[in-house]
Amino acid sequence: MSYIESIGQYFIMFRDLFKKMTKASQLKRLILQEIHVLMTKSLGIVIFISFFIGAVITIQTALNLSNPLIPKSLIGYAARQSIILEFSPTFISVIMAGKVGSYITSSIGTMRVTEQIDALEVMGINSLNYLVFPKIIAMLFYPFMIGISMFIGIFGAYMAATIGGFLSSSEFLTGLQEDFIPFHIIYAFIKTFIFAIILATIPSYHGYYMKGGALEVGRASTTSFVWTSVVIIVSNYVITQLLLS
Amino acid sequence: MIKVENLHKSFGDVNVLKGIDTQFIRGKTNLVIGQSGSGKTVFLKCLLGLFEPTKGDIYFDDKTYRDFSVKQRRELRKQMGMVFQGGALFDSMTVEENIKFPLRMFTKQSQAEMQNRVEEVLDRVNLDGANQKFPAEISGGMQKRVSIARAIVNKPKFLFCDEPNSGLDPRTATVIDNLIQEITKENQITTIINTHDMNSVFEIGEKIIYLQDGILAWEGTKDEIHKTDNKAVTDFVYSSNLFRKVKIAQQKGY
Repeated sequence: MSYIESIGQYFIMFRDLFKKMTKASQLKRLILQEIHVLMTKSLGIVIFISFFIGAVITIQTALNLSNPLIPKSLIGYAARQSIILEFSPTFISVIMAGKVGSYITSSIGTMRVTEQIDALEVMGINSLNYLVFPKIIAMLFYPFMIGISMFIGIFGAYMAATIGGFLSSSEFLTGLQEDFIPFHIIYAFIKTFIFAIILATIPSYHGYYMKGGALEVGRASTTSFVWTSVVIIVSNYVITQLLLS
Repeated sequence: MIKVENLHKSFGDVNVLKGIDTQFIRGKTNLVIGQSGSGKTVFLKCLLGLFEPTKGDIYFDDKTYRDFSVKQRRELRKQMGMVFQGGALFDSMTVEENIKFPLRMFTKQSQAEMQNRVEEVLDRVNLDGANQKFPAEISGGMQKRVSIARAIVNKPKFLFCDEPNSGLDPRTATVIDNLIQEITKENQITTIINTHDMNSVFEIGEKIIYLQDGILAWEGTKDEIHKTDNKAVTDFVYSSNLFRKVKIAQQKGY
């Protein structure tokens, strides 16, 4: 029953989010701040992970392709497909659920515990709009980050392939362009966009409606990470079923 | 002025406030006292509009809150200042940004005008030079002063304080009490203070209401509270050994 209540409350949060908008000049400042905190500050870890995962995908594919009848260019093809279809949109989103999601839950949760949200309400400010709306807008830039992740992932795969001597540069590039379906990019960005909304709202919900003290802030962050990951994984399945099958 | 008529507030089957009638006077420090669980915080949150009363009316300058439109309620909130128990300062902002916040949100003042007003209120709460510090870098007493400065920066008509001197040493607590009283008089604000602190009661209690189990059990002034024969009030006020001994000494003519 409490799960159903929570889902209901989550959707009510969406309604209340737009009830009374924050002053435009302030909103602009908040959105820029959130873009910096949520996006720019996450770029380093995303680039780092993308590069090395791209490299590992190449090495593992190369090591498992022992049949001489299979062209080596398939390694480039496999790297591209893995990175564009799953690794960048889904795997990075789960990592972001830990990094960005925990930050959102703990920052809003701490504001709840220390009565800062009450202070906003007393001043006549829609605290949901003030705190959550800028995060949603900032997360709309998330597809750009995933685009960078795709590029860096493929670059990492290329570096591992050529430096490791698994295949030549031209073989990798041939594989990379083989059977390219542009819709796969669209599919990846559609799901990235949906994951961005999930990443901004589920952690916000857990932070905003938490009750208790400092210990509960920690618990809320963990719960938020678990639920954000679960919803990302399930919606990944649903979107894939709808768009690709 | 704030008038409260037959105020009830329930949460499910639990009746927290059971019909409170009183009024709070402009330009005076009105104190709400009572034991923990007596309904003080719920009462304050009803006055602030954070809780909708189950029954009864709250009048702000003769207009009932219940009849206010959403827009009017929003406007009313802008006329309220609140000093929270823990200060509730925005910890990602400096002292200056915290105080500027209500001005940024609700006025069209220029940067220079805002800066002047911030300097003015910082000077009023004796916090010159703390502008660029973050809340975590200043003491509890200073945080309370910043909280008061933020509450009064927009020149509110109503000031609410939830245990403004809890966690402070007696000397700083007295400074904060006196500061609130001075600001109340200077700006002719209707100030309501929720407190447990008997020093505040005897120091600045120009009007005191005592809540017991959600009922208004007594009301009067700091002079009247000495003389009351209401057992619940005397038990509460003289629960401290110090105050009890002072009273006994006074009765003996010392």
